[in-house]
Amino acid sequence: MSEDARFGLDKHVRLLGPLPLDSGASLAPMEFAYETYGELNASKTNAILICHALTGDQYVASTHPITGKAGWWERMVGPGKPIDTERHFIICANVLGSCLGSSGPATINPATDEPWGMDFPVLTIADMVRAQAMLLDHLGITKLHAVIGGSMGGMQAVSWTALYPERVNSAVIIASAARHSAQNIAFHEVGRQAIMADPRWRSGAYYADDDPPSSGLAVARMAAHITYLSEAGLTEKFGRRLQDREAKTFGFDADFQVESYLRHQGISFVDRFDANSYLYITRAMDYFDLAEAHGGVLANAFKGSKTRFCLISFDTDWLYPTSESRTMVHALNAAGAEVSFMELSSPFGHDSFLLENPEMNRIVDGFLKAGEV
Amino acid sequence: MTKLRPDLQIIADNIVPGSRVLDIGCGDGALMAALRDNKGCDARGLEIDPVNVASAVAKGLSVVQGDAGSDLATYPDDSFDYAILSQTLQTTHRPDIMLEQLLRIGKQAFVSFPNFAHWRVRMSLLFGGRMPVTRLLPQSWYDTPNIHHVTIDDFRALVRDGKLAQEGQWFLSGDKQTGRGIANLLAEHAVFLLRR
Repeated sequence: MSEDARFGLDKHVRLLGPLPLDSGASLAPMEFAYETYGELNASKTNAILICHALTGDQYVASTHPITGKAGWWERMVGPGKPIDTERHFIICANVLGSCLGSSGPATINPATDEPWGMDFPVLTIADMVRAQAMLLDHLGITKLHAVIGGSMGGMQAVSWTALYPERVNSAVIIASAARHSAQNIAFHEVGRQAIMADPRWRSGAYYADDDPPSSGLAVARMAAHITYLSEAGLTEKFGRRLQDREAKTFGFDADFQVESYLRHQGISFVDRFDANSYLYITRAMDYFDLAEAHGGVLANAFKGSKTRFCLISFDTDWLYPTSESRTMVHALNAAGAEVSFMELSSPFGHDSFLLENPEMNRIVDGFLKAGEV
Repeated sequence: MTKLRPDLQIIADNIVPGSRVLDIGCGDGALMAALRDNKGCDARGLEIDPVNVASAVAKGLSVVQGDAGSDLATYPDDSFDYAILSQTLQTTHRPDIMLEQLLRIGKQAFVSFPNFAHWRVRMSLLFGGRMPVTRLLPQSWYDTPNIHHVTIDDFRALVRDGKLAQEGQWFLSGDKQTGRGIANLLAEHAVFLLRR
């Protein structure tokens, strides 16, 4: 199987489509950048799809080509890890609308031979999932052992179970929600307005002269980054400590460590992410409301589901709080679905799902293994 | 296989194979695992303690971390053949409402609880004049989770007043089953099977 040219690191494929979108538009052709790890077994029963978060990418367990950093979930994915490259065949694709090789506003619009910019159609989480299903068709995978995701990846994972229940044996949904709350939409709007207020944004047509709205995108990232942490976490990490100085400067330099940290987060983010992609993906998240798509009753999304569910939340995550996971658990109970849920303790807020957490590893490991007997 | 706690063993022995079971306060899932492995049951659990939930999920069991007092309301009517509440009734806020919930969700309900009218408890209170601390009730009055001290006769009265049907009753003294005669005096533990 490893000889299969479709499988491996840094893969790219163009599928003809078209992909009908929730907006009524359609997209064709579709570019997919993805990676696979491990070997697909002969019966094709060991495939796991990992869905990444808003600014994540397909480099889940391999070095990021731009930042040179280790894969974003190597704590969870690798040999002997809960998502085990020696046991599982793992697929992670750059999400539709993103900027690491899959179709998005920065890729070329075949109608104009120019980058799409804001002519790229507005997407939904369901569109992203349907695109992933097309990619899996191409890879010859009809059924997933599991679909796994945190944050926006969790929204995709839960959407997978609603859109393709017969294709998903198990779903792991971490630090996520079945809908975007008013607060989440509000924070996203701040980020989008920061990008659009940057004069270099120019209605999204900034690709030709390679002069992107980096200041706006950096501010968007800084604001968002605060929502990924917790007050206690920030206090513990930075407190009111000053950055490389003995006293306040009575100016607007980054006097405080937390300012310096956020500025660094903003500046390093613009090197690896496209501002328009940020607009499109945050929009897709804002539009997400799984109950709305099922007559306003979330349990209807899971009616008759044979999928096993495992949900995990974190006690300091105020962006996707435990109450959102519980809403899903209650709907799954109401639908009679097989569900496990646990709130884990971690000081790191929403970001906890990306960080080392032995309990999370133990739960995911046990949950996945139970689905393999 | 590890040995089940005696009240859980009684429950496990008396469940029809292949049933759908909700174990409320399932701990680390020992009973659920036994029912799944030996009786082919579809077992789900509800447990408040995160360490227990993690252990149960790691065994491949479907367990939700939650509070029976608030979360049972989210389970639909008749969604299980059995609802099980083992050694938890005496810790709930409203045991009467809890019984209603059990028999709303399950067609039948197993309930096990420590008998506060056991002779050792009576002696301790009578001669010691203090709230009993026994092998069975090892905690002091101020830190015990038991907030509703129930006896076998109290429970029977509650069942009668609630017009619930009693399908089975088992009594334990130590780890051994004991007879029904004067169980309220001699049994340390009781297990009841109820139906609406």
